[in-house]
Amino acid sequence: MSASGAAPASHVLGPVDQVPLGEGRAFVVDGQQVAVFRLRDGTVRALAAVCPHRGGPIADGTIDRQQVICPLHQHAFDLTSGCSTTGAEPLQAYRVSVDGEQNLVLEAGGV
Amino acid sequence: MTSVAERAQPRPGGRARSRDSRRRLVVIGNGMAGARAVEEILARGGAEQFSITMFGDEPYGNYNRIMLSHVLSGEESDADIFLNPLSWYEDNGITLHAGVRADRIDRFAKHVFSSDGRVTPYDTLIIATGSRPHLPPMDGLYTPGGSVKPGVFGFRTIDDTRKMAEHARHDHHRHAVVIGGGLLGLEAAAGLRSFGLGVDVVHSGGHLMSAQMGPDGGAVLRRSVEVLGIGVLTGTRTTAVLGRDRVTGVSLRDRPDIDCDMVVVAAGIRPNVDLAVLGGLPVERAIVVDDRLRVQDEDDIYAVGECVQHRGEVYGLVAPLWEQAVVLANHVTGADTSAAYLGSRTATKLKVAGVEVASMGLQGPELDTDEHIVFSEPSRGVFKSIVVRDNKMVGATLLGDSRKVAFLTQAYDRGLPLPEERLGLMFDLGTPGEDVGVAELDDDAQVCNCNGVSKKDLATAVRGGCASVAGAMDATRAGKGCGSCKLLVKQVVEWAADGAVEEDPAASYYVPGIPLDKAALMAEIRKRGLRSVSAVFHALAPGGAEDAKSKMGLASLLKMMLADQYVDERDARFINDRVHANIQRDGTFSVVPQMKGGVTSVQQLRRIADVAEKYNVPLIKLTGGQRIDLLGIPKEDLPQVWADLGMPSGYAYGKSFRTVKTCVGKDFCRYGTGDSTRLGIEIESRFQGIESPAKLKLAVSGCPRNCAESLVKDVGVVAVEGGRWEIYVGGAAGAHIRKGDLLATVDSPEEVQVLTGRFMQYYREHANWLERTYAFVPRVGIEHLRAVIVEDAEGIAAQLDAAMQASVDSYVDPWSERADPLTPGQFRTSLPLTVLPQVPVR
Ligand code: SRM
Ligand SMILES: Cc1cc2nc3c(=O)[nH]c(=O)nc-3n(C[C@H](O)[C@H](O)[C@H](O)COP(=O)(O)OP(=O)(O)OC[C@H]3O[C@@H](n4cnc5c(N)ncnc54)[C@H](O)[C@@H]3O)c2cc1C
Ligand code: SF4
Ligand code: FES
Repeated sequence: MSASGAAPASHVLGPVDQVPLGEGRAFVVDGQQVAVFRLRDGTVRALAAVCPHRGGPIADGTIDRQQVICPLHQHAFDLTSGCSTTGAEPLQAYRVSVDGEQNLVLEAGGV
Repeated sequence: MTSVAERAQPRPGGRARSRDSRRRLVVIGNGMAGARAVEEILARGGAEQFSITMFGDEPYGNYNRIMLSHVLSGEESDADIFLNPLSWYEDNGITLHAGVRADRIDRFAKHVFSSDGRVTPYDTLIIATGSRPHLPPMDGLYTPGGSVKPGVFGFRTIDDTRKMAEHARHDHHRHAVVIGGGLLGLEAAAGLRSFGLGVDVVHSGGHLMSAQMGPDGGAVLRRSVEVLGIGVLTGTRTTAVLGRDRVTGVSLRDRPDIDCDMVVVAAGIRPNVDLAVLGGLPVERAIVVDDRLRVQDEDDIYAVGECVQHRGEVYGLVAPLWEQAVVLANHVTGADTSAAYLGSRTATKLKVAGVEVASMGLQGPELDTDEHIVFSEPSRGVFKSIVVRDNKMVGATLLGDSRKVAFLTQAYDRGLPLPEERLGLMFDLGTPGEDVGVAELDDDAQVCNCNGVSKKDLATAVRGGCASVAGAMDATRAGKGCGSCKLLVKQVVEWAADGAVEEDPAASYYVPGIPLDKAALMAEIRKRGLRSVSAVFHALAPGGAEDAKSKMGLASLLKMMLADQYVDERDARFINDRVHANIQRDGTFSVVPQMKGGVTSVQQLRRIADVAEKYNVPLIKLTGGQRIDLLGIPKEDLPQVWADLGMPSGYAYGKSFRTVKTCVGKDFCRYGTGDSTRLGIEIESRFQGIESPAKLKLAVSGCPRNCAESLVKDVGVVAVEGGRWEIYVGGAAGAHIRKGDLLATVDSPEEVQVLTGRFMQYYREHANWLERTYAFVPRVGIEHLRAVIVEDAEGIAAQLDAAMQASVDSYVDPWSERADPLTPGQFRTSLPLTVLPQVPVR
């Protein structure tokens, strides 16, 4: 995590179409493992990539507009806040967006 | 009498007020009674009066101890049995010292001394220390060092349960002995059986569950227990545990020794009273309390649960502690200082799947005037005995048929009037007795004894908007313990909703996100010409909202309906179906190539061996489905692994047709009457990969010796004398065990293929999502299936055959995607993240 006070660093992760619509892909950003999702409405979300339950790969989860479901034991997490709706510990959420050149931009400090 | 009337509102910041004027309430014991007492206190505004501190020896929040039996048997996960997670304590401003033992009470200075060296002052103290397993004296129970010998277990805590499971799972462990044939012992034995261990129960009484029932019931119970594969030895004692530093067997008083690797002692419980004795409190069999749950002669110390003795009784069940907690809370908070606890009537139920036992009150008649009604049918495992005194039920034992248990429990608890025709107590005679019973029940009557839910709680939940049975059960936890009250819960919900019970709406939906059952959903899809999952959401979901939990089911349904007309959106698939392999616990995948009918060749074996070597495959395993599994393949290696194998997918990951198990059949076997291997291969070639609501596993055996286990398959075929073939459907030998029903006996392998395809198509069109054939076949009935599939009573046979043919024709081996990934990064790793694009920090 970035030092408190300093503005969080932005990272360009490359073209958004690395992530297919409705799916997620994992990235390593500044030593942190981040899952980036592209919703079917074209917007993007980012959460920590490792499920707090038993380490499942969140980027392999199934998503809709609100939530991602971990593929291992089906814990569900809100895509925006990272909070679990099934009683698991929360996932760190990150600010992510798409810039003018259609690149994914992630703020590593988290939300 | 028994309710947490309103759940207390969380009070953030409660702890900040701990130096204010509130009195200090300290609770020792964070089990079912301790936590429930605190809930009841909070429900009566206790948070305003007290700052609350709890000590719990176990390093957890409060969990539903009675569910440990289900955890051991694998029916529940240990994560799902928590009643009050750690966050509950925080939300309610309670200081919980979890994993800390209270060692001593100074009742003059009003201090509690605990194992972490802390001294905690109290104004009011509640002792709720419960009990522990009793280890009866016998030789060899302890190691010379004084600890319990490895392999010997009590059955009381979540940790005990985890350790037992771990020990039972150990490769070399084969046999367990359970000492004690009461409720707990039988539940432990059944749980251990589910690990595949051999189990013997040694019981000193003359018959099983001798505390709850008489010898006649015990004899019937014994047969039902033996059917589960559990050995029963009654009327004998374990005199020694054998083995130097771990268990190797037990010696019995008058029978030969039994070899075993584990011993579970379930020979009764002893209240945890050391603390009370040391502190100078009155202890006889347990801590002596009065009708207010106050420790005798103490002004500020209360006790509750299994550690108390009230009017000479010590209870070992949860129902009494719900009632005690209410009375205690009324006094501690002053909410109702006239409340009195007068003792509980207890009923017990055995929580062993397949063995229904309920018992309450007297085992048999005691007075000359008592009526005794007995029905016994040992061959079916059914036994019922009811004792009636002055037209009130005073005792019942029910085995093998629990339909009347809910009513009888109420009749017993509440002293309800009984039907004049006593037979109606035992059997449903269509008398109105039960409905009248529900309306007449007291508001406070306890409906769910396991979780302490009253009629009023349920009614409140229904009025609060939970007008479906499942909703009310979720909101109150009613029916989630032993399950014996479910019928009554349903009746109460129906009564409370005044006939307006919502059929649990979602129960009939094909997928949770679209409010239509399967037939209506299929009709809408056809009518509107929908061809993709997103189109279905857009047209049919409320607000057009996507639903992650519905995607996989819709994808499967559309593929089945549309074959090659289906517009495949990859994000609608579960990860397994996106990468055509089964995800493993560490995020890697397993690869199971097709091996039709379990028949392989030198070339296949060589290629598999080469691949395993080249990719350093961590585990090569022969599967239960007669093929070879390569486990632990990283996602990014999948395409190359498939390419090197050059074999088609075996579909071990999908909700689809999986395998056909075969036996060697007539070419080699000296008994074979049909060419089972060939037929199996033909069936697998024809139906490979077709989607279905749940997986389909088939088998073909060459004679009635049935070496391919055809009777427990979704479709199982058996060659019989005279060149004929039997076709069984709806069999299972997994989580459920069911012998398939005979669909037809036919004259040729061709007919087998036609009927197999027709049955599978009917199943694909009519089964619910994830409904295996073992549930589907009994639901629609074998007679109906025979009529539709064999006799074509509905005239749809040709249609079913054509639809199946279209699916067969649209088959493409999914592993051909290796050359040309369908989505960007389809095979990119998601974890572990070593080879990901690494983004440099700017
Ligand atoms: C590999 C294998 C065990 C083995 O090493 O032998 C296996 C492995 C798994 N089984 Fe199985 N089952 C395997 C044969 C069976 C059998 C025996 C059989 O097929 O003859 C059964 C009992 C019959 C049945 O189907 O019910 C079986 C009953 C289950 C069940 C319980 C299904 C039920 O409704 O009762 C599950 C859980 C589920 O599907 O929800 C399951 C689920 C699983 C899963 C897929 C766990 C999961 O949900 O991810 C395991 C995947 C491991 C992996 O990645 O490969 N497996 N599983 C077997 C693969 C056979 C094959 O060649 O395809
Ligand atoms: C496997 C199993 C199945 C059961 N099935 C049923 C059933 O079907 N129906 C039924 O009615 N009952 C059943 N029971 C019994 C039921 O669980 C108990 O009646 C109930 O848990 C008693 O509650 P309690 O709070 O008095 O004791 P417990 O739940 O045992 O709680 C006492 C707690 O106090 C802690 N403690 C003890 N001493 C100290 C100390 N000095 N300092 C700090 N903490 C301490 C203990 O660690 C424990 O966590 C079952 C029990 C088991 C083990
Ligand atoms: S392979 Fe089957 S039985 Fe074995 S652990 Fe996995 S799901 Fe359970
Ligand atoms: S690892 Fe994610 S739900 Fe279990």
